[in-house]
Amino acid sequence: MKKILFIEDESVLQKTFDSAFKSEGYEVISALDGETGFNLAKAKKPDLIVLDMVLPKLTGFEVLKKLKETPGTKEIPVIVLTNLERMSDIDKALELGATTYLVKVNYSLDEVIKKVKKILEQPEKNIKI
Amino acid sequence: MNLKDYLNQLNIRSQCRKYDLPIWRCPQFVFVAMGVLIIFSTLFTYAISSRYIEDPLLISLIVIFLAWFLLILSYIVTQSFERLAEASRMKLEFLTIMTHQIRAPFANLRWVTDLLLSKRSTALRKEGQEEEYLKILRENSQRLEELINKIITVSKIEQGKFPSTKDFFVLKDLTDKVVLEFKSFAEASNIKIEFEVAEELPSIFGDASQVREVVENFVDNAIKYTKDKGLVKILISKKGKKAYLEVKDSGVGIPKDDQKYIFQKFFRAQSAMKQQTQGSGLGLFIAKSIIESHKGKIGFISQEGEGATFWFTLPLAKK
Repeated sequence: MKKILFIEDESVLQKTFDSAFKSEGYEVISALDGETGFNLAKAKKPDLIVLDMVLPKLTGFEVLKKLKETPGTKEIPVIVLTNLERMSDIDKALELGATTYLVKVNYSLDEVIKKVKKILEQPEKNIKI
Repeated sequence: MNLKDYLNQLNIRSQCRKYDLPIWRCPQFVFVAMGVLIIFSTLFTYAISSRYIEDPLLISLIVIFLAWFLLILSYIVTQSFERLAEASRMKLEFLTIMTHQIRAPFANLRWVTDLLLSKRSTALRKEGQEEEYLKILRENSQRLEELINKIITVSKIEQGKFPSTKDFFVLKDLTDKVVLEFKSFAEASNIKIEFEVAEELPSIFGDASQVREVVENFVDNAIKYTKDKGLVKILISKKGKKAYLEVKDSGVGIPKDDQKYIFQKFFRAQSAMKQQTQGSGLGLFIAKSIIESHKGKIGFISQEGEGATFWFTLPLAKK
């Protein structure tokens, strides 16, 4: 069973994500802040990380940077899922190595699930927005 | 600063990008432009005065005087550009934060609705979780409503159309109600609230619901920004002809660099953001407007890592 690490401080989204992805047959690991997220990524080596950018303790950008600099985690594809939509934020995240950047309000839950599945089934393909 | 940092400072374009302003309004560019202007003006003045004046001492005096005058002028000009640029940058940052704050509950509403309407909902109903999700919908609608109300209040304050209904009220009674209101939130956050009244106070003539909003904001912040367990102490006392209320917490505190911005619209201190990403940055701005419109004073004492004490004073009714 493939593992997805969801780093997001909104507990409602964690709950909904958990419910939705479990029913699709994935294992979901939750982290409510940046620091926990990074530590769990190192410990559990998920197949995919879904990362919010506005987080307590470490910001999403800091987490992304650390993930891509650490040997055990840099290979894991990262989907950024956030409400930040400035071009500078999108550029920065993609430069740091995010596989794709999704602005939360623009995607329904089903669309996010589709994107996640696409990346999990073909991890080598770099899907840009 | 090492060499790399110096070179970075010289790269005007990258410095200006952080302000998101056109280059001619960017303070670094203005500084360099004025520098160039000074050099050319002094050279020009030197050339002209050498032509018409014999005395070298007089020439040098003229050139030096001009150079100094232009230097002071450029300093003043650059400073004002810097202030403008900083204001512009804060506006941009606020827009970003605000958009995020409004979108967060929206995203919650949307995802939960999607989930409830999808084929996965039958599984939820079987597990009896449907009601829990419906409660989340209600909570987040309320959250959005509160946020939008705050934004509307701020607009009204800015336009000078923030009316208040004044009457006599007792600060102690008002605070008792707030403490009761926050009881379950405090317990859930493992925080103890202590409320002490140093002496009996006469009534205050003002808008009770507005002043209540200020006390609510203080207590809410005190609880929100305290990690693990903590104590929130509320004290009411009399200072001359004024009522004094303070809310003291043992939370994350406010870093010195952020302190001057605390009452500004949409400002959230770094220590606050690290503790809790939800928060509009509007509460204290509204609180300050309310207290000042009641001819009172508002302030705080804080040190990073050592909590904060927020206080206000209000004139007592003369009756």
